[in-house]
Amino acid sequence: MVIINGEPKDTASVTVTELLASMNLRPERTAVMIGNDILPKAQYDRVLADGDEVEIIGFVGGG
Amino acid sequence: MITEAEFAEAVDSRSDRPIYGLMKRASVGIAGCGGLGSNIAAALVRSGVGHLTIADFDTVELSNINRQLYTLSHIGKAKVDALSEILSQIDPFCDITAHNTRITAENCAEIFSDCGIIIEAFDLPDQKAMLVNAVMEQMPEKYLISGNGMAGYGSANAIVTRKITDKLTVCGDGITDIADVTGLTAARVMICAGHMASRAV
Repeated sequence: MVIINGEPKDTASVTVTELLASMNLRPERTAVMIGNDILPKAQYDRVLADGDEVEIIGFVGGG
Repeated sequence: MITEAEFAEAVDSRSDRPIYGLMKRASVGIAGCGGLGSNIAAALVRSGVGHLTIADFDTVELSNINRQLYTLSHIGKAKVDALSEILSQIDPFCDITAHNTRITAENCAEIFSDCGIIIEAFDLPDQKAMLVNAVMEQMPEKYLISGNGMAGYGSANAIVTRKITDKLTVCGDGITDIADVTGLTAARVMICAGHMASRAV
């Protein structure tokens, strides 16, 4: 079980890249936190581990 | 001419004295001086922040006036120069460092090295993501406040402050993209700017 944006999800053996694609998010417009730490883009091929608390911010335009 | 002591006394009478002392010593960096950044800067200077670093590569255009702090007299000027001018009219004793440059993952650590808090106030989503990733990877000790989702004519109450990690706060409605809606209005942009400035204070 992985917590994604506060919701428990069954996402066994899914990489961050695959997770973002399933959410229709473009990696160049996201920031992914695992626990309190940012996940560097170079590690987006990492497979999510059981118990990971993942927070995904999909940025939108305007400012 | 107003002296620094007179100025401090006037501001002091409207704020909590120990907090005002903390504010004078605080150093905040603002990345982007558009609708969010220019309004955040004004709020922070009025709140008594002593040191501000502002950075933007753009010049003021007529299309900015509907939501950014600038006036017609600033058109054609570098945004950081126009903003420094306005801020020094609000508080001549605020120490302002202006960088007329494009912020990148390569130069952000140097530009904001002295800042305890960094505020992401860009307009393009790729740039927002770039800065948030760069700051959190290169400067994990900094507090970071990012603006995300304030376009359109939606409810003011949809704009919220969300603490994501110990260091990262994101303000906005999180979903309204200027690419999908018409309009970016002063009222809604200033609400988001107010959330971001309030979080910094």
